[in-house]
Amino acid sequence: MPEHACEHIPLADDPRLKLVDRALKRLQYQPDALIEVLHTAQEAFGYLSRDLLAHVAAQLKLPESQVFGVATFYHFFTLRPKGEHSCIVCTGTACYVKGAGEILDKLEQAVGIKAGQTTADGKLSLGTARCLGNCSLAPMLTVDDAVYGPETPDSAVAKLQGILEVPDEQR
Amino acid sequence: MPAITLTINNELFSARKEQTILEIAREHGIDIPTLCHFEGLEAMGGCRLCLVELQGSPRPVPACITKAAEGMVITTSSDKLIEYRKMLVELLLAERTHTCSICVQNNNCELQTLAAKLGIDHVRFDYLHQQLPMDASRERFALDHNRCVLCLRCVRVCDAVEGAHTWDVRGRGSTSRIVADLDRPWGNSTSCTDCGKCVQLCPTGALYKKGATVGEMKKERSFLNRILERRRLAAQGRSL
Repeated sequence: MPEHACEHIPLADDPRLKLVDRALKRLQYQPDALIEVLHTAQEAFGYLSRDLLAHVAAQLKLPESQVFGVATFYHFFTLRPKGEHSCIVCTGTACYVKGAGEILDKLEQAVGIKAGQTTADGKLSLGTARCLGNCSLAPMLTVDDAVYGPETPDSAVAKLQGILEVPDEQR
Repeated sequence: MPAITLTINNELFSARKEQTILEIAREHGIDIPTLCHFEGLEAMGGCRLCLVELQGSPRPVPACITKAAEGMVITTSSDKLIEYRKMLVELLLAERTHTCSICVQNNNCELQTLAAKLGIDHVRFDYLHQQLPMDASRERFALDHNRCVLCLRCVRVCDAVEGAHTWDVRGRGSTSRIVADLDRPWGNSTSCTDCGKCVQLCPTGALYKKGATVGEMKKERSFLNRILERRRLAAQGRSL
């Protein structure tokens, strides 16, 4: 669980901050390097916390609101920690025609979150993608790095439950 | 500065190069409606209400950010333009929850005035009926997202005139919101200087002074006149 392991450490003592500071130095603290620094920060931490954004803003001498605006404008950046597991339901044309919508509805109901969200216990992030390039498997989905398809709403729920019930040590 | 000649509404005008269509029109008393524009702040062409027809251009152009050029032929009002402007204001009315009867800015609101001027008596689009939060955590001022039209006057005046850059915009599209610092409650903002410029430039009741009654909610902008006039002239390469 790399994302959650250092949660209790103050940002200043976090070893991952070194990666961000190295990037800042390499880019000579140029304000227009903001997006590149945010990329590095998200790669290092998995997500962009408020403390991290404040650190980047202070180092680049940019207004905090401007940094926040950029971080929320691009879909690539996320301000919440990702779940331990991720499930992406393909909603590209082929999958959609074959019933990806129903699969997504059923999954959202089963885990109690909407696509794009993470469960409160940090176990699962649910997402969608427009075509993962496996249309012959339609309707398909991925759980962590595994590809599954064709799926039905019930088989998809079973796959998720399987992964959520197995403790990490036994996987 | 070189002079140019252009035609606005079938009349010939001479103007300085580098002037925008909007500036020239206003200098000669030709009315073009605007909402996001504010003289002395950087023009951004956001609200699109100042769209005018330009001969030879396949689509209307925003007057506030289009520089005049020799021989331009411009129409500032036509059935098509009026229809576009009506649609734009109706879309603004449908997006957030503008309830004039309970708004502090009632009768002193630029959005309301625009809608009345354009003769908007109904909205053809479905209202989104968003229930957006309010932020009344600042001691003297408050922010009601439901009344915000995202004209970004507050963002621009805070950055360019006050120099604090407390405000910016979060997200994109219909989920955009004005945010203070890292989306903190305004009351916890460390960069805000409480100057109130954003409140006075806000065209609606989105940013307002706490404790004021409806009659007192006329925006007070005279303290900004000198500095905004200087900025306006500087943008044209002139001085006071």
